[in-house]
Amino acid sequence: MPKLKDRKLYSPPRSLKDKLFHFCPGCHHGLAHQLVARAIDDLNLAKRAVGVIGVGCGVFLYDYINIDCCEAPHGRAPAVATGIKRADPELAVFTYQGDGDLAAIGTSEILHAANRKENITIIFINNSIYGMTGGQMAPTTLPGQKTTTTPSGRSTDKEGFPLKMAELLATFEGTAFSARASLHNAREIKKAENAVKRAFLAQLNNKGMGIVELLSACPTNWQLSPEESLKQITNSMIPNFPLGIIKDTI
Amino acid sequence: MIRDKELLKGNIALARGAIDAGCRHYFGYPITPQNDIPEYLSAALPSVNGVFLQAESELAAINMVLGAAAAGKMAMTSSSGPGISLMQEGLSYMAGSELPALIVNISRSGPGLGGIAPTQGDYFQATRGGGHGDYRLIVLAPNSVQEMYSLAGEAFRLAIKYRNPAMILGDAILGQMKEPVVIENKIARPQEQDWALTGAKGRNPRLIKSLFLADGEMEAHNWKLYNKYKLLKRNEVRVEIDCPDKSNLTVVAFGSCSRIVRTAVDRARSRGYSIGFFRPITLFPFPENEILAAVKSTENLLVVEMNTGQMIDDVRLATNGIGNIFFSGYPGGTIPTPEQVEDKIMDILQ
Amino acid sequence: MIFYKGSDNMDFSVIISGFGGQGVLMMGELLAYCAMKSGMNVTWMPAYGVEMRGGSANCTVVLSQKPIGAPLTGTPDAVIAMSEPAMNKFAARLQPEGLLMINSSLINNEQQPVKKIKTVKVPAGELAAAAGNEKMANLTMLGAFFAETNIIDYNEVTSQIASFLPAHKKELVVGFKKALHQGKHFVDSQL
Repeated sequence: MPKLKDRKLYSPPRSLKDKLFHFCPGCHHGLAHQLVARAIDDLNLAKRAVGVIGVGCGVFLYDYINIDCCEAPHGRAPAVATGIKRADPELAVFTYQGDGDLAAIGTSEILHAANRKENITIIFINNSIYGMTGGQMAPTTLPGQKTTTTPSGRSTDKEGFPLKMAELLATFEGTAFSARASLHNAREIKKAENAVKRAFLAQLNNKGMGIVELLSACPTNWQLSPEESLKQITNSMIPNFPLGIIKDTI
Repeated sequence: MIRDKELLKGNIALARGAIDAGCRHYFGYPITPQNDIPEYLSAALPSVNGVFLQAESELAAINMVLGAAAAGKMAMTSSSGPGISLMQEGLSYMAGSELPALIVNISRSGPGLGGIAPTQGDYFQATRGGGHGDYRLIVLAPNSVQEMYSLAGEAFRLAIKYRNPAMILGDAILGQMKEPVVIENKIARPQEQDWALTGAKGRNPRLIKSLFLADGEMEAHNWKLYNKYKLLKRNEVRVEIDCPDKSNLTVVAFGSCSRIVRTAVDRARSRGYSIGFFRPITLFPFPENEILAAVKSTENLLVVEMNTGQMIDDVRLATNGIGNIFFSGYPGGTIPTPEQVEDKIMDILQ
Repeated sequence: MIFYKGSDNMDFSVIISGFGGQGVLMMGELLAYCAMKSGMNVTWMPAYGVEMRGGSANCTVVLSQKPIGAPLTGTPDAVIAMSEPAMNKFAARLQPEGLLMINSSLINNEQQPVKKIKTVKVPAGELAAAAGNEKMANLTMLGAFFAETNIIDYNEVTSQIASFLPAHKKELVVGFKKALHQGKHFVDSQL
């Protein structure tokens, strides 16, 4: 029996490249990338996974996960993913999109992909703000939240309400799995990990679209410290965006 | 004499120029490097009872501009290359429906997602219509923060006068640079617009459309637009020309690139060379007659652009085989130094 | 050393550089603002593109009595380096007989000047602490720069601080003046 010190107890996911993340302190992209890489490892997808990357801070996923990747124009990732999956159904195709990408400019593409029962997996990073471009309002920005384009706080009268994409997409028959998870503590991260895996399983079992919405922090643009950002998720985001598995027909 | 000036960033100067000219409606979407414009207007417009709305995409934004323009308002949007690409359908519809509006492109490098560094690679997109059909945009190219301020109002004035969308083609240098600006208030708003949709009270209903199906209608409409563009070419060319009587070479540039060229030309002149400086300010209408006159007197033209060759096509078209046309290009976010342009000038003169 | 005073020569250009967070962009903006108020033409251009990643920041300020062409230059007349990476990057671009001002609070090595460059070492951090606010190293360096170049009348500079600062930061005026003066005094006392 191997001695304790000879047994490897933990290692980063194999599909994760050995590269330091560049993200801001407290950003959850690194964690989300890890969860995706773990799912790819656990389901043995490294040789057939294709990542379709949206426009935002997540656009650098190619630098961190060791799989084939394709950039899509802003919001069009589900359409590009459809093209790839229809071209070669053996591929495990997923998109990695932020809230502007998926819920603003890309609403048509995501809804129709769900409606067509596309066998693709959607990783949706919701941090209720536009990160890469410097902190403008997102469709998921909370009422009263100050951003650079809602300097007095988002007004539901003028700027509408936070979009609940996980619920919306769950109403489509073509969606096999829809869940919302959070990354703010270890217990929720474990649930998120399971949800990401199930979202891939929906595709692998040809049951339709699988989507995981991950509530994430953006301390830089929220103008909060990393610790305060975690509280922002628990106190403000979760009441607006309830956690849980909304639909599971895998 | 010290006139009252403010030190402003280009993007902000443009936004202020639009408000000072009377614009009260902005619809747009975030994209680097022009976010200062919507961010500034999100506070400035409500404070003058104007409307600021961040749309879900550039595609939606240009259609919101179309709607506000149809209702008779001075509406504007701003974006960068990838977003302007999304707006092409809307711009075609607006030109076809004869609607005025201001569209601002703070260019970045491309094609595709490209980068965020400045280039002049959207010249073709701006001047060749960009969208489908037989139309043109009025295109103005500022080269200073002062012009970012004053051409905003000028663009609105031309758009309203000719009932056609107008574009300001800037880039990330102009957008981010700070220079002193003289603030003036020149309202562009006309007295009345007899085509605007204001509700058919006490008048016959009006229609804003670009669909022409009846026999001969579309042809007539195309010639009508053509004649507008002919008038623009005759009356609205703006160009900065600084060409000495006896020079062997004139350097042609627009926008921020022309600033660097200016320094290179000044330095060459201070060393005794007689060099001309030619800067189109309207890219449509292009100063065709003026560039033809320049090449006839100077024989050699050096076109300097931050791209792989776009304005040079218009130069060649206008000069129609006369003289020698040289090119120096700086694509992909490279910004030429005055030394590089000077070297190229010397190369040609020798 | 007087670089530029009421002359109608060509432009005077300075690159101000350092780490993000050292306030180098603001140094350039204040310089540009004072230049404008004293009747000069001026441009301020922040670093753009890849240079911004990796936590560095820089701006180019060009001043002139005549209209300014290029807002950027490959051969500045002066470089202010608040950090060592900034010095390593920009010092080599200086014009012959240019001016290099380095923040000696953070920079220990001195570059071997290839041309006849004047190097002025300013302990900007210590000067700021002495003036009462160690976060104002950028302002002590700026004060030193004004004293070294005489590019703008110093009284003109101090009289503009209040209008330069936004309304919600007016309480900083006194601190700004103290820090600028500390840097100016440092250079004046070296002569």
